[in-house]
Amino acid sequence: MTASPVWVEALTAALVVVGAVTALIGSFGLLRAKTFFQRVHTPSLVATLATWCVTLATVVQASVVTARPYLHTFLIPVFVALTSPVTTVLLTRAALFRARQRGSAEVPPPPA
Amino acid sequence: MTPLLSWALLFALGCLSLAMMFALVRMILGPRAEDRVLAFDCLYLNTTLVILTLGLLYRSSAYFEAALLIALFGFVGSSAMAKFLLRGEIIE
Repeated sequence: MTASPVWVEALTAALVVVGAVTALIGSFGLLRAKTFFQRVHTPSLVATLATWCVTLATVVQASVVTARPYLHTFLIPVFVALTSPVTTVLLTRAALFRARQRGSAEVPPPPA
Repeated sequence: MTPLLSWALLFALGCLSLAMMFALVRMILGPRAEDRVLAFDCLYLNTTLVILTLGLLYRSSAYFEAALLIALFGFVGSSAMAKFLLRGEIIE
């Protein structure tokens, strides 16, 4: 294990802080938005920018510390990028279906 | 580890804990079932990030598998619940 240079630590710190603040903003939007169809947008901030930033920080730090490429952490954001839209689409269709079943006036009627 | 990085990691852990708390509050409040499933989705993504940050803090590669498994099982859980809300059953 080698000591990491200062610029690597600064880069890691910046990436981690950006990722954590983005995750905080996304989750705060989840709490604050009024309706479900506004709310469903906000966790995608956590799934994209926050996950990529924290993963990049891990890759940079671990590659320097172990002195070899440490790329398998990229599996996590790739997996999240593949699965997060699936959940969102399923959940939105479920919410639309349930709103129509309730006879809610907030959603358009089903196409003829 | 320089004090800059350790303080940044502590700050990030604080932010992520607050984010998890927001998702938890939405899961408790959430007027309908789909809001709760959405909050669960956000919660497990935040958990993945917390575990990656802990791996940075303790400089261990053992945290990567835990983060990947939480992402995997969180996807399975939330998509199964969304499918259940859509159809009333999971496997047809």
